Amino acid sequence: MKILVCITHVPDTTSRISFTNGDTEFDKSGVQYIIGPYDDYALARAVELKEQSGGTITVLNVGTAETEPTIRKALAIGADEAIRVNAEPTDSLFVANEIANVAKDAGYDLILMGRESIDFNGGMVHGMVGELLGLPSVSPVMTLDLDGDTAKMTREIEGGKETIEVKLPFVAGCQEPIAEWKIPNMRGIMSARTKPLNVVEPSSQAAATKLEKYEMPPAKGEVKMIDADNVEELVNLLKNEAKVI
Amino acid sequence: MSTTATEQSKETTEAIKGGEFLIKETDAKDVFIPEEWSEEQKMIAQTCKDFLKQEILTRLDEIDSMKQPELMPSLLDKAGELGLLGTSVPEEYGGFGMNFNTSMLVTEVLGAGHSFAVAISAHTGIGTLPILYYGNDEQKAKYLPKLASGEWKASYCLTEPDSGSDANSGKTKAKLTDDGKHYIINGQKMWITNGGFADVFIVFAKIDDDKNLSAFIVEKDFGGITMNEEEKKMGIKGSSTRQIFFNDCKVPVENMLSERENGFKIAVNILNIGRIKLGAAAIGGSKAVIDNAVNYANERKQFGTAISSFGAIKHKLAEMATKVYASESAHYRAGQNIDDAYERLVQNGMEPAKARLKSVEEFAIECAILKVHGSEILDYVTDEGVQIYGGMGFSAESPMDRAYRDARINRIFEGTNEINRMLCIDMLLKRAMKGHLDLMKPAMEVQKELMSIPDFGASDDETLFAKEKKALLNLKKAGLMVAGAAVQKFMQKLSSEQEILMNLADMLIEGYVAESCLLRVEKLVAQKGEDAMKIEADMMRVYLYEAVEKAASAGKEAIYAFAQGDEQRMMLMGLKRFTKLEPFNLKDARRRIADHIIEKNEYTF
Ligand SMILES: Cc1cc2nc3c(=O)[nH]c(=O)nc-3n(C[C@H](O)[C@H](O)[C@H](O)COP(=O)(O)OP(=O)(O)OC[C@H]3O[C@@H](n4cnc5c(N)ncnc54)[C@H](O)[C@@H]3O)c2cc1C
Repeated sequence: MKILVCITHVPDTTSRISFTNGDTEFDKSGVQYIIGPYDDYALARAVELKEQSGGTITVLNVGTAETEPTIRKALAIGADEAIRVNAEPTDSLFVANEIANVAKDAGYDLILMGRESIDFNGGMVHGMVGELLGLPSVSPVMTLDLDGDTAKMTREIEGGKETIEVKLPFVAGCQEPIAEWKIPNMRGIMSARTKPLNVVEPSSQAAATKLEKYEMPPAKGEVKMIDADNVEELVNLLKNEAKVI
Repeated sequence: MSTTATEQSKETTEAIKGGEFLIKETDAKDVFIPEEWSEEQKMIAQTCKDFLKQEILTRLDEIDSMKQPELMPSLLDKAGELGLLGTSVPEEYGGFGMNFNTSMLVTEVLGAGHSFAVAISAHTGIGTLPILYYGNDEQKAKYLPKLASGEWKASYCLTEPDSGSDANSGKTKAKLTDDGKHYIINGQKMWITNGGFADVFIVFAKIDDDKNLSAFIVEKDFGGITMNEEEKKMGIKGSSTRQIFFNDCKVPVENMLSERENGFKIAVNILNIGRIKLGAAAIGGSKAVIDNAVNYANERKQFGTAISSFGAIKHKLAEMATKVYASESAHYRAGQNIDDAYERLVQNGMEPAKARLKSVEEFAIECAILKVHGSEILDYVTDEGVQIYGGMGFSAESPMDRAYRDARINRIFEGTNEINRMLCIDMLLKRAMKGHLDLMKPAMEVQKELMSIPDFGASDDETLFAKEKKALLNLKKAGLMVAGAAVQKFMQKLSSEQEILMNLADMLIEGYVAESCLLRVEKLVAQKGEDAMKIEADMMRVYLYEAVEKAASAGKEAIYAFAQGDEQRMMLMGLKRFTKLEPFNLKDARRRIADHIIEKNEYTF
């Protein structure tokens, strides 16, 4: 079985976010990068599936050379080889096009990725890749089991869970509890350096959108705590101070 | 022919000797700095961080409660699955054969793991290394794979109720059986880390009426081993610490390590390694405390603003970061020296295990210095951490409570800081006496300089860090001057003038750490430019300034204690000259350092 896992290279969840260049660029200085946490779940499940039934795992990242440490980490966790599409991942469609371009004739049985990245949180790439390749696309996938050429998945839906069966190949956007994050072990780290990391140039597709400006969310305002017994005061404040009722 | 000769001489002159920093300038290009970790080393460090986050930091209370005796060994098993117990063990024995600096990096990161950090470093360090470095092939093949995987846990039994700092005075006895096949061990050991669950005990005992200890690998199943309940401790409460009794414990003769009466040497050499690694673990612990402290200072509001905006708090944050940065610089500089020495010895045909030991022994002075420095900055940092938390710092609910209590042991074990302070001076002087280090000539030169007319003019050397380098050179001269005079005065009796030894050690420690910090920043500036390294340069200057002040104060105390009259006046003048500093606005520098940490909300260096 051939599994493709698409990973993002994103700022660590605890990073302080700031912008430069007239708020048109994200300030990367001092920021720690990680594998997108949802992608990390997808990768962990791929490693489990490989352990169960063999096969190979290819990780794919659309990004510039600075993402290579993140890609090596994926190799250390258990992927067999990696492909980096050498381009700034400007928007979802651009990334989806590049993924589809790599995947189209490669015969992957499964194309897994996170339900969304945690930088721009678009959550669109899996759907677009499915569309571009003419494959079914399912998200957010919480469990994934294989039975021959069929996958059984559960998916989170509004107020409940949905169980679906799909024939391979397909695309899935994953989230917890599909697998537990894997910490790369020493053996994996040592072998990562000898695993192939192929760099391919992007197809000529241009991005469909252009980034104008970043803006910070408004700072959290002061909070006034009002005793649960003091409804009158609450009504008064909402009416006269906040002027919302 | 002639080229080879030059190359060879170049190689020998370039090989840095332990303790030589005091009398020789180091080129910044030649030091290793943590900014040079490879991608792979960074990934290893990240694995350690992830492991702590996922398995340890979420259950610190559980670990410290000691309610589940199986918990700590099971956490060690998990670390074993990741390969973290085998970093120093060669691949042929199931480990990963990492170099010294990489294994120190692992120790540093795991050093933020409180009781777990103590358990894992006792297992991988004093528990495993005696077999790795002194075991014969059979012993290594039998024990190392199991220790590297975590299947067996190890402990180290040196200390006894009446034998602590005076480690060679133990009363535990080993007696050969009549058939010559076993040693029967009898005695009592105390304060044994991992004792409660260890499968393997490295036991030090005296055979018959030997003067010196011998070392044995003892398996729990050999029988005759009993132990007291867990010690109730001030800190590292989740780390198992036991008194262990050996009652006719029957150890096969083939389980003696190395040779008869070689045990004390084993103990000392293993402790050398343990010392520098203890310092590294302290750095890891300190960084975690800084992260928590700055986070809290940014969140906590008083007088309508975050307390991190107050100068007094900035002062603390800057001092904490500066000390850690400087100490870290020194640790990995020494670690690289050890690695380089090892490579050279192996190239010259020495067997790897022996070369590993020799290389650490060469830098035993630095190891002792760093044990003291690391453990003392950890105490400083945790103390200020408590203070930044205010009342919350005193609450058992805050992370500072545990950090503060757990830090304290580090000044006691692996040789108390008093013993290590004395050791570093003792080793330095012994090396000088053996002709291994030429302290005499530089000390004489300082004497000569004392007699000459001082140069009062400000230096016009405008090269990078020229002033700082001069201040450092002078700091070393101050050390040489005081040490030289003390040696002349007391000769062999210097060892009973402990107070003066402490003063000398302080000068030595500060000199080494300040220099390491300066070299790191100098190398960084060469790589990245001055503008990119402003905060680092501030930290270096603050550290250097304080180091010189400390050295001046220690030197003064020593001079007061042993010199009189003209000699005293002369030395005090010299000291003043050698510790003179140009005015430097420490306050502003500390503010810049603190503002950086405050903005990033963590220790980022
Ligand atoms: C939690 C914990 C874990 C430990 N784990 C281990 C372990 O795994 N294996 C093991 O073998 N040991 C272990 N130890 C023992 C530890 O190494 C000793 O406690 C330490 O070496 C000090 O010995 P001591 O307690 O007998 O103190 P003492 O030697 O009695 O020292 C008391 C004080 O006197 C000072 N002093 C002693 N001699 C001199 C001198 N000549 N000159 C000046 N000052 C001096 C000391 O610096 C100290 O301040 C552990 C201890 C603790 C508390």
